[in-house]
Amino acid sequence: MRGIVKRFPGVVANAGVDFDLLPGEIHALLGENGAGKTTLMNVLYGLYEPDAGEIWLYGKRVSFASPRDAIASGLGMVHQHFMLIPPFTVAENIILGQRSPREPLLEDRSSVYERLLALSERYGLAIQPDAEVWTLSVGEQQRVEILKALYRGAEVLILDEPTAVLTPQEVEELLAILHRLVDEGKSIIFISHKLDEVLAASDRITVLRDGKVVDTVDASATNKKALARMMVGREVVLRVSKKPANPREPRLIVRELRANSDRGLPALRGVSFEVRAGEIFGIAGVAGNGQSELEEVIAGLRRATAGQVIICDKDTTNCSPREVGQAGLAHIPSDRYRRGLLKDFSVADNLVLQRVSSPPFTVHGVLRRDVIRQEAQRLVREFDVRTPSVDTPAGKLSGGNAQKMILARELARNPRVLLAAQPTRGLDVSAIEYVHRRLIEQRDAGLAILLISTELEEILTLSDRIGVMYEGEIVGVVDAREANINEIGLMMTGSKRQGDDVKEGAA
Amino acid sequence: MNWSLILQWSFLIALVTAGIRLAVPVVLAVLGEIITERSGVLNLGLEGVMIMGSVAGFLTAYYLENGPMASAGGEWSAWLALLAGMLSGVAMGLIMAVLSVTLRADQVISGVTLVVLGHGLAAYFYRQAFSSLTARVSGMEALPIPLLSRIPVVGEILFNHDPTVYITALMVVAVWFLLFRTTWGLRIRSVGENPAAAETSGVNVGLVRYSATLLGTALAGLGGAVLTVVQLRLFREGITAGRGWIAVALVIFARWRPGLALVGALLFGLADALQYRIQALSQVERGVGAIPYEFLLMLPYIMTILALLYRSGRADAPAALGRPYVKGAD
Repeated sequence: MRGIVKRFPGVVANAGVDFDLLPGEIHALLGENGAGKTTLMNVLYGLYEPDAGEIWLYGKRVSFASPRDAIASGLGMVHQHFMLIPPFTVAENIILGQRSPREPLLEDRSSVYERLLALSERYGLAIQPDAEVWTLSVGEQQRVEILKALYRGAEVLILDEPTAVLTPQEVEELLAILHRLVDEGKSIIFISHKLDEVLAASDRITVLRDGKVVDTVDASATNKKALARMMVGREVVLRVSKKPANPREPRLIVRELRANSDRGLPALRGVSFEVRAGEIFGIAGVAGNGQSELEEVIAGLRRATAGQVIICDKDTTNCSPREVGQAGLAHIPSDRYRRGLLKDFSVADNLVLQRVSSPPFTVHGVLRRDVIRQEAQRLVREFDVRTPSVDTPAGKLSGGNAQKMILARELARNPRVLLAAQPTRGLDVSAIEYVHRRLIEQRDAGLAILLISTELEEILTLSDRIGVMYEGEIVGVVDAREANINEIGLMMTGSKRQGDDVKEGAA
Repeated sequence: MNWSLILQWSFLIALVTAGIRLAVPVVLAVLGEIITERSGVLNLGLEGVMIMGSVAGFLTAYYLENGPMASAGGEWSAWLALLAGMLSGVAMGLIMAVLSVTLRADQVISGVTLVVLGHGLAAYFYRQAFSSLTARVSGMEALPIPLLSRIPVVGEILFNHDPTVYITALMVVAVWFLLFRTTWGLRIRSVGENPAAAETSGVNVGLVRYSATLLGTALAGLGGAVLTVVQLRLFREGITAGRGWIAVALVIFARWRPGLALVGALLFGLADALQYRIQALSQVERGVGAIPYEFLLMLPYIMTILALLYRSGRADAPAALGRPYVKGAD
């Protein structure tokens, strides 16, 4: 790919990018969110048309008008959000869009199954062709995606953030599969913003920043620190340091909590734990094991069917979000744009959202715009929210700045307990660093923090104690200092419970 | 009113036979809407499509029977009229597809627009053609199936109908086969569930949605034409009487499956047939105890609402139903 330029209204996503892939190599594309990695690959895959630049494949200039053309030329893409049809079987997903040998009828099932099993054998991708996709785990779904590409004769595989949704064990399996594919002569483009994996997986690494290539380096000739510097453009603290915790009285107590999911199935099956002042209690787990239901029940957004939530000695079970807030809970919601802010409201209005109806912001039922703006300006300064003005609609902020704004608002309420759900999801390295520093700072100041995150790395960095959630239960609580990533990983997949054959009483 | 009349064999046989016949336009429309909705397009304009089918069909039949080509058209006039009904459905479908697929307009609004447009156009065309309201067409002869129609009871109920009834029965199987046994069906269903995934798999989302919308409205137009050309043999403004809306509701009852669509439409047809008969009986014995006919007219609609309630709260709808697909937007 030479000199690729792709503009969107208001931004240049790719500003003259050069990229090359050798046969039989794993080439990583590294960069922060918004650096243009995914755009570049969507251009290559025919989803976007480039505004300038050329694509050459095996010495021939090509241009793809649609993914169909790209597939025909031997490209295959595994998207970050899987491109699968959940109610379809594995086999149906794989033959979708393909010509059938007995058009217009669908191909005979047994012959499809046969070919799928042969492929999965050859590349070590275990799957069941007649399973419906929605019943599969995330790792299995990813294998279906890879298989789908191979079935279409892909020689070049593009994997967009393939590890973002996987458990540590699944990541290892994936890397093994990738190496096997390369051994069989395939080439792989691996998109990621995680430094460890990029170093472990790839032969060469191209770093993108602000739509431009910073450099292309051999994986063996670089290290984490150098990559981080290239990616962000300055020195980055990768792991926020922290002092030992000094926990005091319990502030949030959850007892035998039960609740149902949106589909009416049990999502929490008797969850108990407590979070003390001056500590961060992390909840680890693969997405969809009851974390979002737990978050919602504590925040007063979902009914508990049994059990208790106690915040600062007050029973807040099934109280309204307002009452829960008055009891001392601040909440950083996992769904930032749906629950965390009002996109069309100004930054100032968002910053005083919960406090707006009481003095000094409202006096005798009349809003005091000047006071609100002053408070907003103070918070914007203090929390380094980069915004043109406090009157800018919150929806215009970047993810990192939106999250800083939410953090500012929640901490300005002087909470006793902070519920931080996926606080760095989708943020880039420097914003993550900022949020992490703030959380530790608040912990040291005596706040009780419940951290819910599917990023194991984040849980390990920040938490003092770690509870592992699996299928709506806490299957183990471990002390972060003694935490073993493999053990936690096994608990996350349900293949191990605390006390199975490990030491008891880590908590 | 003498209720014992209702419980006589001959009455029941006539009732079920008529119920099947009355179900035909609705079955066709539901089948069409199932195809359309399976592709992710929610066409609420079915009522407008059906009334256009009914007026196009009726006018075609009338001119073939009474116009200058009367002698040439002859026995084929009803068939050509049904074809005209289908084509007018396709024309309406094209409007829906342009609005909702190409222009990505809100599908609820596009659909409602189609209803208003259909009613207005149908009335306009009919009034242009006739000043009086007494025009009639000759319809289709019944076509008893040899041997089978002579089976007692069953033969009378199932095998002594006009050809559109048999065609509709075959259509139920054909639509099921299309959706679940052909590559095109797989594409339709994939586009209705996750168009982005379908596109990355090499499916042309726009083309599939166009074809599913047009095929769906062709069937609905055919349903409208069957109503005026074959069954009632006349046209009135608003003659479809909400059958298009009923069809939209029955799609939910049928959980987007052709087989269940047949069940739902038969329930509607039976209720419709029953209310006609009770009305007729009440006429005979006008007086105390007669049910006001307005209440009887409601019967099939109430049946439909009850059927819907029984089904409510189930999540079987295509995941992308009603959502326009924007390329590249997640």
